Amino acid sequence: MSIVVGKTSKAPDFPVAAKAALKNDQLRRNVHHATNVIRNKRALRVEEMPDWEQLRSAGSEIKAHTLAHLDHYLIEFERNCELAGGKVHWARDADEANKIAIELIRHYGGDGPGVEVIKVKTMTSDEVQMNHALEAAGIKPIETDLADMIVQLGNDEPSHIVVPALHKNRFEIRDIFRDKMEKPELTEQPEDLTAAARGYLRERFLRTKIGISGANFAIADTGSVCVVESEGNGRMCVTLPDVLITLVGIEKVIPSFADLEIFLQTLPRSATGERMNPYNSLWTGVTPGDGPQAFHVILLDNGRTKLLQDEIERETLQCIRCGACLNACPVYRETGGHAYGSIYSGPIGAILSPQLQSLEHSRSLPYASTLCGACYEVCPVKINIPEVLIHLRGEVVREDQKTLSGKLSAENIAMQAAANIFLSHRRYEAAQRMARIGQTIFKRDGQLTNLPGMAGAWTRSRDLRPIPKQSFRDWWKSREKKDGANA
Amino acid sequence: MTAREEILASIRNALEVQASDPAGSHARIAQGYNRIGKLNHEARLEFFIDRLVDYDTEIIQVTAEAELPGAIAEALQHAGEDRALIAAAFPAAWLPASVSFKVDNNLPTSEIEGVPAVVTTCEAAVAATGTIILVHEGAQARRVLTLLPDHHICLVRRDQVFELLPETLIAIAAKAAKPITTISGPSATSDIEMTRIRGVHGPRRLTVILYG
Amino acid sequence: MHYNTGYHREAVPLVRRFVEMFRDAEAVCVPSASCVAMMREHYEMMAEADGDLKFIAEVKSLLPRVFEFSELLVNCLGVEDVGAAFAHSVTYHPSCHSLRMLHVGDAPVKLLRSVRDLTLFELPQKEQCCGFGGTFAVKNPDVSLAMLTEKDACVVQTGAEVVTALDNSCLMQIYGGLHRSGSQVRTMHLAEILAETGGAA
Ligand code: SF4
Repeated sequence: MSIVVGKTSKAPDFPVAAKAALKNDQLRRNVHHATNVIRNKRALRVEEMPDWEQLRSAGSEIKAHTLAHLDHYLIEFERNCELAGGKVHWARDADEANKIAIELIRHYGGDGPGVEVIKVKTMTSDEVQMNHALEAAGIKPIETDLADMIVQLGNDEPSHIVVPALHKNRFEIRDIFRDKMEKPELTEQPEDLTAAARGYLRERFLRTKIGISGANFAIADTGSVCVVESEGNGRMCVTLPDVLITLVGIEKVIPSFADLEIFLQTLPRSATGERMNPYNSLWTGVTPGDGPQAFHVILLDNGRTKLLQDEIERETLQCIRCGACLNACPVYRETGGHAYGSIYSGPIGAILSPQLQSLEHSRSLPYASTLCGACYEVCPVKINIPEVLIHLRGEVVREDQKTLSGKLSAENIAMQAAANIFLSHRRYEAAQRMARIGQTIFKRDGQLTNLPGMAGAWTRSRDLRPIPKQSFRDWWKSREKKDGANA
Repeated sequence: MTAREEILASIRNALEVQASDPAGSHARIAQGYNRIGKLNHEARLEFFIDRLVDYDTEIIQVTAEAELPGAIAEALQHAGEDRALIAAAFPAAWLPASVSFKVDNNLPTSEIEGVPAVVTTCEAAVAATGTIILVHEGAQARRVLTLLPDHHICLVRRDQVFELLPETLIAIAAKAAKPITTISGPSATSDIEMTRIRGVHGPRRLTVILYG
Repeated sequence: MHYNTGYHREAVPLVRRFVEMFRDAEAVCVPSASCVAMMREHYEMMAEADGDLKFIAEVKSLLPRVFEFSELLVNCLGVEDVGAAFAHSVTYHPSCHSLRMLHVGDAPVKLLRSVRDLTLFELPQKEQCCGFGGTFAVKNPDVSLAMLTEKDACVVQTGAEVVTALDNSCLMQIYGGLHRSGSQVRTMHLAEILAETGGAA
């Protein structure tokens, strides 16, 4: 089994990728602008809800409950979906999911070249790199979400889980559309760009026989699927084709239709700062005379069951992909999504990617956070992301310490030494005295400006105030002495 | 082992405590949030209208059912349209004579595309979010009818309006397995620099006719 | 530092040491919100992972007596005016741990408002992290600096002479950026300001 999460295997470590992103001023301006707008809108829409905290708690509990009974709810969903005329497939990993999808498309669409499928935004299909697999099989996937179209036509990667093209501004989008739609006269007005997308896709919606979607929720007690969207491309994809294939991560199941009363309140407000997104589509199996007459669900594991074992890790699976943690994250705001080397970026990406896959580069992701807690504060299902990050850091360290090079790493040695020093005040005070003497050679104008080793990363761009001549302890002791003398 | 067996087995291995009474423990989850609204009829409708306006929805208000043909004609006229789609179950008495209606007797997509408007009823509406809910049966029409035309005119009876989402979903729960679409304003996108643009693929115009 | 960086095993003896030193204290006043947050959020879990029942019990009994500095003054002792005087303009950076984990709320602001002659300026985007994050500043120096640059720009924008916080780690970060860029704004821990009695700072 091979767990694939986007194109992660080729990605460099976060600090390296982040450094490159930081040099791109345009990208940073775009990301700052977009995250500011959504953050403010979200804050406004959350403030008007007197019961927001209760909704968060209930959402979190429902998700935790579902995960604790995941086998039960998946089987219930499967039964009800199939009773209504759907067919449920199970995929252990990305390859298996893609294989099932390709077989279905061949079955319904024939194996001639140039079979087209229309797709509505699904992060899960990006996770399994479905477009690449389809293209390799001679099938042409057409992304229909405006942002996904921008990404697809621009041969780009999504940089945000809700607004995948937020790193592009209107001029950059105009250039991509001009080029790929052969519309040299297109202006950069968002109205014009949107109209161009509408015109470009309309005919494709009408002629394409197979649709692919993801799901925001798979509802066990009815066997229904729910897709949350804004543009209407989702409605097109789940309504117009003859055949619909829906790819669902197993953690997307919820117990009952009634549970939507929580998530359909928290998701839109968290994701886009709207009271409600323009459209939610719900359907159950096949409805004679209305919509696709063949419906297939692919339930995807791709590493998820591994996360169930540990209660802290399991929390990660509660995520409803609202993206609020990305918009709130001060690190994401500086670097944008690509630096995370995974289609899941920001705080949720920093915990999800390293857990789904155990690739070298994702070991840097748990450290891509200051643990400031802004993500936890906004998460509509209360995932304690800082807690999970610390937990994952523990795993990285434990693994590193198993190897000789890990044991001998500067960080490990420094940490062990510091632990020893902190354990005894004699050693602590001695170390302080040593440092006070040692620092004199690095002082310039009374500042530490150019320290060696790990601290060098710090002082390359900031000054460090030298350790004062007298520590608090020394001061307290001398005060006691003085007091003693006075007494 | 099949993929299904393998995935279920690894779930069961991971969850030490075996699922005992999922239904019971699900029911015990605290619903500390508001589920039933507190506003009276007038205030609720005012709230609904306020939220519809906020989402760029056009509103026509009438009282008696007899006024519906006039209201529908007005909505179409205002948009410069003279043709509209309706479901076969749509009450004939509500149709204005001045407009030609195309009745959906399983129309192929090619005959739906190109008609500028559709008139439907709805199942329920949510004031707090300015949402109308379609359960695609009867006069609420098949999904495709409400999707391809550029103008959706939706009749909402005043007693179909609830204040909050939870109570609305409770009211329609019996129809949960039917195709359902919730609509909050015209289709929109904010994908370009977070500027909200009205009208992408779904209807660019949404008119709510409040009656009853 | 150890625990947050992933050195969980190494952190346990440090907790033991802390408990040994302070178990008989009536109240432990800690001048660092992030330290208090660490204790409240993780000490019990760390002790439980260690498994020693006596140790767990001691941690549990000690924790309710550990207070962050401004918390102790305002919320426990009910003191807002400590009699300080400080004739300077000050802006307050609510550090992440004090804000989102300890929820100290406006306790520090109440204390600052009661300082005679002090002018308090509101910090724009005050809830944004300064980019320190312990070993984050070392492991991700470039991102940390970018965050710091934003924070310092906000500080400078207020026109205040002094920036204060409840965490020395944040202040060290903020100072580092300000000083390198040649700014005259000084950093002081809230406790240092409250210790001022009106002489030249
Ligand atoms: S972790 Fe929480 S805030 Fe982040 S995307 Fe998932 S649900 Fe949203």
